Amino acid sequence: MTQEELLPQIYKKDDKAFTLLYDMYAKSLFGVIFNLIRDKEEAEDVLQDTFVKIWKNIDSYNESKGRFFTWILNIARNTAIDKLRSKNFNNNQKNLSADNFVHILDDPSKINNKIDTIGIEEFVKKLKPKCIQLIDLLFFKGYTQQEASDALEIPLGTVKTQNRNCINELRNLLRV
Amino acid sequence: MNSREYIESGILELYVFGKLSESEMEEVQQMAADNPAIRTEIAAIEKAVVNLSYSVSPTISSETYDKIRAELLTEDPKVIAMKSKTNWAQYLGWAASFVILLGAAFMYLHMNDTMNEKINLELDKSKSEYDKMQKTIVTLEDKNKASEKVLNIIRDKNNMVVTLAGQAVAPSAVAKVYWNKANNAVYIDAEGLPEAPEGMVYQVWALKLDPLTPISIGLLDKASAATTKMYKVDNTAEAEAFGITLEPEGGSATPTMEQLYTLGKV
Repeated sequence: MTQEELLPQIYKKDDKAFTLLYDMYAKSLFGVIFNLIRDKEEAEDVLQDTFVKIWKNIDSYNESKGRFFTWILNIARNTAIDKLRSKNFNNNQKNLSADNFVHILDDPSKINNKIDTIGIEEFVKKLKPKCIQLIDLLFFKGYTQQEASDALEIPLGTVKTQNRNCINELRNLLRV
Repeated sequence: MNSREYIESGILELYVFGKLSESEMEEVQQMAADNPAIRTEIAAIEKAVVNLSYSVSPTISSETYDKIRAELLTEDPKVIAMKSKTNWAQYLGWAASFVILLGAAFMYLHMNDTMNEKINLELDKSKSEYDKMQKTIVTLEDKNKASEKVLNIIRDKNNMVVTLAGQAVAPSAVAKVYWNKANNAVYIDAEGLPEAPEGMVYQVWALKLDPLTPISIGLLDKASAATTKMYKVDNTAEAEAFGITLEPEGGSATPTMEQLYTLGKV
């Protein structure tokens, strides 16, 4: 289902709208949220807050604000980051910069996660380490180009194109 | 900039990631509106990152799904209440007072029932206690009468008291004979005798010693003087001694000397 087909349904804010929204995006948003929070219970609270915000503000969304996915992605990331700030996750701050989304796959305590990731582990690990870092910072953690440039010590002018190459790599692996 | 170059610049990725400034975003949207290749590219980039984040996501618990669903699909009561707020409040008020009234009535009836039940119970209890006391009084009166009678027997100055001492078969047994010489009436105080076994009865004998002649003057029937143990037996005019033996129920013609419990000379 494309965004154009989905939106008229979601604006109704009925049972079907919720099911569509949840089925299409909950898990992706949770991947992003969990990558930031690193605590399943906390992350699920953030997911709930995120959905409440999406639901409340859905009438204010229109396509001039960008992709619908981008709009809800920003809500999810911002809610998670607010949570991190409010909770003063000082001890986890170090881990946050070191851990990326691939580490979720390696976490032995997330065994139930393995079911979903059969196959994906292989292709994700085929990504170049630099790409994993870049996608992690720009997409998952919402860094600006400048922040990513500083963190990875790559020239600011190359962040955009390097990221482009990395996403292409991902698309080849995913065949999209 | 043609669409190819535009796509290769990497701006569309950042557009999907939500990391563009407002002006950059407007620019991308303008380009996308005019160019289907750009729209397709945006959709492909989006699909890739949606799949990627989906794939690394841990399983979401069903509790969280239920919570989110409940929270989103429960309609905001403030919004609904707006139109008919006063009516609702009114009805609610009436309904509430009715419920309270009903509750009060129920409580009252219930309490009444409970109270009645309690009172009846107390009454029954008191009544049975009263009955019990009445019985006790009667018993005490009876006992008192019996005791008075016994006292009168003992106190009679015409009495001759004979103590019957315990014999071989029951050394600790003791009995007393109150023999009224004026009217020859004989009373036996059997308090010191052991309880007669089942099927047996004490028999009292008036004895003449030379030659030894026992004459039965009565049985100490358990029922006849259960409380006082003071038995009236047959009159006797001339007895030199009294003895009490244990005999089979109904008594014997002659005393069973092996079962002589007490014996005393006049």
